[in-house]
Amino acid sequence: MQTTSSRKPDQATLRQVIDAGDYYIGRVNAGQTLRILDLEGNQAADTLFYNADDPGERYSAMDTIREQGNVYLTSGSVLRSNENNPMLEIVADTCGRHDTLGGACATESNTVRYDLEKRCMHACRDSWMLAIAERPEFGIGKRDISHNINFFMNVPVTEDGGLTFEDGISAPGKYVELTAKMDVVVLISNCPQLNNPCNGYNPTAVELLVWDH
Amino acid sequence: MNQPHYSTTLAPGCHWSLRLRKGIQMTLTDMSGGANIGMLFYNPDNLLERYNAPDTLKCQHTFKLTRGNCLYSDMGRIFASIVEDSLGWHETVCGNSRADQVAAIWGARDYQNDRNEWHQNGHDAFLVELAKYGLGRADLAANLNLFSKVVTDAEGKLKLVLDHSQAGSRISLRFEMDTLVLLHSCPHPLNRKAEYPASPVSISLVQAAAVSDDDYCRNFRAENQRGFANNALYHLGQG
Repeated sequence: MQTTSSRKPDQATLRQVIDAGDYYIGRVNAGQTLRILDLEGNQAADTLFYNADDPGERYSAMDTIREQGNVYLTSGSVLRSNENNPMLEIVADTCGRHDTLGGACATESNTVRYDLEKRCMHACRDSWMLAIAERPEFGIGKRDISHNINFFMNVPVTEDGGLTFEDGISAPGKYVELTAKMDVVVLISNCPQLNNPCNGYNPTAVELLVWDH
Repeated sequence: MNQPHYSTTLAPGCHWSLRLRKGIQMTLTDMSGGANIGMLFYNPDNLLERYNAPDTLKCQHTFKLTRGNCLYSDMGRIFASIVEDSLGWHETVCGNSRADQVAAIWGARDYQNDRNEWHQNGHDAFLVELAKYGLGRADLAANLNLFSKVVTDAEGKLKLVLDHSQAGSRISLRFEMDTLVLLHSCPHPLNRKAEYPASPVSISLVQAAAVSDDDYCRNFRAENQRGFANNALYHLGQG
């Protein structure tokens, strides 16, 4: 469901542009609100969340979709951890639907999906691997890199059990906003995928904004 | 089919793990109907390589799993192929039952009173098996729920199809690389039947026939041909 926010960008305590193919890692405390803004449209933001005090507790797609009884994320969705605890809630969404089934692109899965010789194309998981290598202070390792959210991505499930990758339903200026229910670390890969329509074949920047209230 | 090298029966609410070698075929049969088998795969030579449900689904553009589908690791390799399936639909997105949910529906797990009839849950079952290999909750990936069908409507609402698996339903997995298999026979997390589900599952292990060039799973999709090519590279130099 599409809902808007009254939060003003000039009152945000953090504004950070993430270029396509880059990562962002940082802390968002309980009560703070995070917005991911699709600056140019049709851009997938592959996102993971961790309990800031215990990275073994992390976003769990299965717990989230099971508890809400729905495979898509939108306003009102509560993102749950692998301990089934509420981590964040989507409080505004001008896009209307986000994917959490399709996972992230990786150089290895690209060889299967597209071509054995596409293993050297940049992929979300490589951004995450660089993040955990460069930022060891967050205590996140390869085992913690799991089943993520693809904000702004449209992956409809059909009633006969198919999974389709459609053109994005996002557009320039669309955003999703989440209020943290516990202190979390957010890890975003701004997706560099060039082989399917998830980024409109043209990966572009997203902006991250954080408000204290 | 060859005589089974090994066969056993997993009672309801149980868990188990075993290492299977490349070329072994595992057939699971729901003995009285309504079974659910949670299953996870790890590479025993590198436990950081594990079953990846998103890659499995998106590589084959499917939400359901059935004959022809391959079950992928996060490293672009195939742990196992579904070579036989009498059901047509197994799911891999709903995760596991949990202790508090099982307690709310069927009563708390209680070994003191119930002995091995206690109400084990899938989440704790996997934690027990993971710990045997030095793994923990951070390693618990999205699992398979064999014998269980969940469908979605146009808005994405999820529903477990009741009585999907009847007595005698079976699925056969052919392992395409050495695999550490973790499994449990705890209820599906969306199961709300009046009684704690009680179907045992029989398991048999045989030596599979060699994978031919015209193998059904290998040729089910072009992606699977490339997955098999990745496995071939992984085994390069082996007999």
